[in-house]
Amino acid sequence: MALRRQKGVTALLVGPAAAFFLLLLVLPLVVVVIYSFGERGPAGGYTPAFTFDNYLNIASRGQAFLNTLMMAPLGTLLCALVAYPMAYYLAVKAPARWRVMLLVLIIVPFWASQLLRIYAWLLILGNRGIPSLLELVGLEDVRLVNTRFAVLLGMVYGYLPLMIFPIYVSLEKLDKRLLEASADLGAGAWRTFRQVTLPLSLPGVATGSLLVFILLMGEFIIPALLGGGKVFFIGNALVDLFLQSRNWPFGAAVAVSIVAIMLATIAVYMRFLLGRNQLRQEALI
Amino acid sequence: MRWYAAAIYVFLYLPIALIVIFSFNAGKYAMDWQGFSVEWYFKAFANPFALKALRTSLVVGLWTAVLATSLGTLAALGLERMSGWPRRASDGLIYIAIMVPGVVIGIATLIAFVTAFNLANPFLEGLFGDAAPRLAMGLPTVIGAHVLFNLAVVILIVRSRLAGLDRSLIEASEDLYATPLGTFRQVVLPMLAPAILASFLLSFTFSFEDFIIAFFVSGPDSTLPIYIFSSIRRGITPEVNAIGSVVLAVSLTLLIMAQFLLRDRTGSRGARGDQA
Repeated sequence: MALRRQKGVTALLVGPAAAFFLLLLVLPLVVVVIYSFGERGPAGGYTPAFTFDNYLNIASRGQAFLNTLMMAPLGTLLCALVAYPMAYYLAVKAPARWRVMLLVLIIVPFWASQLLRIYAWLLILGNRGIPSLLELVGLEDVRLVNTRFAVLLGMVYGYLPLMIFPIYVSLEKLDKRLLEASADLGAGAWRTFRQVTLPLSLPGVATGSLLVFILLMGEFIIPALLGGGKVFFIGNALVDLFLQSRNWPFGAAVAVSIVAIMLATIAVYMRFLLGRNQLRQEALI
Repeated sequence: MRWYAAAIYVFLYLPIALIVIFSFNAGKYAMDWQGFSVEWYFKAFANPFALKALRTSLVVGLWTAVLATSLGTLAALGLERMSGWPRRASDGLIYIAIMVPGVVIGIATLIAFVTAFNLANPFLEGLFGDAAPRLAMGLPTVIGAHVLFNLAVVILIVRSRLAGLDRSLIEASEDLYATPLGTFRQVVLPMLAPAILASFLLSFTFSFEDFIIAFFVSGPDSTLPIYIFSSIRRGITPEVNAIGSVVLAVSLTLLIMAQFLLRDRTGSRGARGDQA
């Protein structure tokens, strides 16, 4: 195409979007790093300085880090365990003409308001929900809301579709002749699954886990509604530091730390995928 | 296996259905069924705070959808013409914007706006004296932050449609002496239309539903999700369920429409774009 060579047109097309990304995402993230070495101003906000105090101070929010770093991997694992059979059903067992419909039904609730979906569990787990039903059969004083259980349940519920999709994609791409070959060579159904299907679908599991884990690192709504004051995450600490106690430099240090953890996770993921070169394409979103 | 799948669908939809069911509860408590009634819908629509928040959310959602869809479509067309490191860098940025949690986007945009306002306000004061307009958080900042995260979604959707375009149609148009703009208007644009419309619906929905980003940059202008969140904090009432049901009805309708636009004729390719 003749147009391909006109750089000015390309710049005009991409320019406005690029300005949004630069001014509202890239530059502010650089500023966050600078702030993280600063000091808190008298009325909150930021005064320039160069100190590592904010990073050394992170231990004072240690509980939020501990909660997040324990619950997020656990939630991701549970999510993967629940999602795998579902993805397998959709990719292998579901009738072909229903498949599109079934997939739409999976993704639509994920896109619906997360706030309301988690709020629904507050209704279900709250005192007038399941606990009042348990009372009818004689189990009194069961507390479900504001527990780790409630937060884990919310995490699985909130991110299940995001886990199902990548696993579905990797299972759907799987060459069915490999399964026949495995059966022809005398492997049983379980052995075929363990030695052929599962290893070939691992990139999908890895992609799903990466997406879910990264989003859980910044989770706010689930611990805020289902964890009460008891189970709080780094995301809740960030909201507090930036909006309530207005200690921006400390908040910036916390933000830099979680972004560092996310980047490290992505690095591990890339390494895992590079080790499986031929499957790299399909696992990428 | 089939039973497991059925159980998953129940797990996904039952909680949403409960909100809607209990919005019709006559009683005062959210989960204590006292008979059917629509009075909480009347109460919700007579509540000035809820109505103001609803209007804010609609305005923010419409502006976000218009800006994100138009700028995102242009960017997708531009990216198609790029190659080498600028292309790779842009792709990286788009994925970062999609993958980063809302809290981080909230912080980044909060800092960007506050820094800009701190620089601009003394300057404006110097220019206009006491009558100077003071820049502060409000509707425009929410719209800006929402456009940022929806741009990435729009770019991915439009681009996956662009990648599936039949090149021979474009070549045919050029062979028939159409100008580049003519080819775009008469061949490319009509083929992109479903993706553009789907992008519009999706970015409106995502903006309409967003809580965490708006929480950071809305200032005094509460959006509907912020109003719902603070109501939940004050106590669960059927009124919250009624407002929630309205939000769910709007967003589920738009989401399903967008899904069908994306699926239309593209078959399995739509499925990949969805993961955005």
